[in-house]
Amino acid sequence: MSGESALFWVLAPLAVLASVAMLFMKKAVHSAILLAWVMITLAIFYIALDAPFLGIVQIVVYTGAVMMLFLFILMLVGVDSSDSLVEKIKGIRSVAIFTALAFSLTLITFIARAELGRPSVGLDEANSGGNVEGLAQYLFSDYVWAFEVISALLITAALGAMVLAHSEKSDVARTSQKSRSIARFRGKSIATAAGLPGSGVYARNNAIDLPALLPDGKPSDLSIAEVLHRRGDVAESKSYELEGLPKIDDQGNK
Amino acid sequence: MNNASIILDDPTWIIVAKGVLVFALCVLLTLLSVWGERRIVARMQMRMGPNRVGPFGLIQALADGVKLALKEDIIPAAADRAVFVLAPIISVTTCFMAFAVIPLTGEVNFFGEQTIMQLTDLPVGVLYVLATASIGVYGIVLGGWSSGSTYPLLGGLRSSAQVISYEIAMGLSFVGVFIYAGSMSTGDIIASQSTWWNVVVLFPSFAIYVISMVGETNRAPFDLAEAEGELVGGFHTEYSSLKFALFFLAEYVNIIAVSALATTLFLGGPSAPPGLGFTSAWFGGWFSFIWFFLKVLAFFFFFVWLRGTLPRLRYDQFMKFGWKVLIPVNIAWILVVATLRLLTQQGASQFVIAGFTGAVVLAVLGAMTIYDRSKIKTEERANQVEPMPEPSFPVPALPTSLALKEKEGN
Repeated sequence: MSGESALFWVLAPLAVLASVAMLFMKKAVHSAILLAWVMITLAIFYIALDAPFLGIVQIVVYTGAVMMLFLFILMLVGVDSSDSLVEKIKGIRSVAIFTALAFSLTLITFIARAELGRPSVGLDEANSGGNVEGLAQYLFSDYVWAFEVISALLITAALGAMVLAHSEKSDVARTSQKSRSIARFRGKSIATAAGLPGSGVYARNNAIDLPALLPDGKPSDLSIAEVLHRRGDVAESKSYELEGLPKIDDQGNK
Repeated sequence: MNNASIILDDPTWIIVAKGVLVFALCVLLTLLSVWGERRIVARMQMRMGPNRVGPFGLIQALADGVKLALKEDIIPAAADRAVFVLAPIISVTTCFMAFAVIPLTGEVNFFGEQTIMQLTDLPVGVLYVLATASIGVYGIVLGGWSSGSTYPLLGGLRSSAQVISYEIAMGLSFVGVFIYAGSMSTGDIIASQSTWWNVVVLFPSFAIYVISMVGETNRAPFDLAEAEGELVGGFHTEYSSLKFALFFLAEYVNIIAVSALATTLFLGGPSAPPGLGFTSAWFGGWFSFIWFFLKVLAFFFFFVWLRGTLPRLRYDQFMKFGWKVLIPVNIAWILVVATLRLLTQQGASQFVIAGFTGAVVLAVLGAMTIYDRSKIKTEERANQVEPMPEPSFPVPALPTSLALKEKEGN
């Protein structure tokens, strides 16, 4: 038994098992892992069949990027979620069954036509200038048009997805710490540039609904959160006002 | 004669020996690098670092490893058991696999057999390393998901988004090397650097690769997947004992692997630095391993240096940097490299090549000037000082305004 067939007989049953098990897994993440495994085994087969570039690209693109994005979504759905069995789009079940039947019919007809036991033809020819070089030769000469069309299609699809998923930004401008700091100093008054005053701290009371006292003994409205003001949850500040002090008005006159 | 044909006639026992040697080297290097990192970071922070166990504290990492392995192995009740066990295994196996294509020495005499310390030389060797790295992420992502708790899940999600984005920048930075070397096999790439190392010829590619390799390995300042200030331990919060040790091992082997790849792609692999070419024949070629080792160690030191110097990036800054800076710059650079390559291959005159290079340099400088100007303008606009309103509370008059008022009064 050659190394190649040994590899095949070890990995092929595993791949088939994994692909069947993928269908019967309860958790979507388990199915995704099994699918990733099937893709990796396929890549190993490609490499064993002298198509190293295809094999590696299969891993980088499918296992590395596509399945990873899949997992990304599945993980966001949550650990314990399971698929709902209710038909959400009308008639999707019959369409699915029809498509599956048509696809399997196509596959069966193709596989039935295969002749087993024939030696492979043309592999050495195809790989004569090196596997990667041979592929590049075809991609960038005979099939360059198809290649470009497909890439244009993919870009269109990506753009479409972005447009569909795009949501309008809210009108509220995002402020950064820096801009808020600048705004505090550039505002009408720099009275609060160093931050709002804290709430009152007294011998008997210490809570966020108690206003702090200004130097002239008046309670400061700024020392209490806006929310509490709106809710009317502010403690009566009269009792904290100091008595017998000369009153000072806003202009600083006694 | 390229690397692939030299390796091809290896008997089986040499292949097995090479595999074991590479594995042993990786594990040993991990132990050494854990010790080295702690010592270097300690020195940078004006501390001593581990210096008790063994000479210079060399065996500290081994002692820690034994201790770690003997700890209780906990699987949380909410965890998905199978995946929880599988995740660290995926992480650690894939990072070892990357070493298969990296030539550790030049041509050496291995017990009477001429060979190269490289397991295999694939025609798509560098892409193979990228592929193993992309499977390695599964370890982190699945570990984060299967822990069944929030912080690890967030760590796993961050890591998957991070690695996918930085893999693109990394893959693009290879393209310059591929175009220049005309091959994707590690052996051919090293051979193509016989006159000039790629770090000189393709410096932008090198810079982008170095940045994205730090992002790819989840190391500071890009260690958002395990940001201890935000996510406790990130994806490995729930792991303990040997399973955690495997993640730990994977992280360090990964660092060595990306450093080894950087050495191969940009620093000429095991070839001697310019002017010291005569050393490559010493000890039957084995001396080339010293050069390779020194280059990898230099990269490792750089990793530690970064960790000791830079604060962690915020997640959105990190993504913006990857997608809006690294990738576009890389694509523009590939265009330049491809054009230059085409010009030289079609035998364009020196004058045309020099003219094209000059035009590119001028265009870059021009773009930078325009960018700087617009930046200065917006900054000026933002810094325009509006007249300050009179304060609403009594303040002593400033000396200048006092003088002004007196003048007005007079």
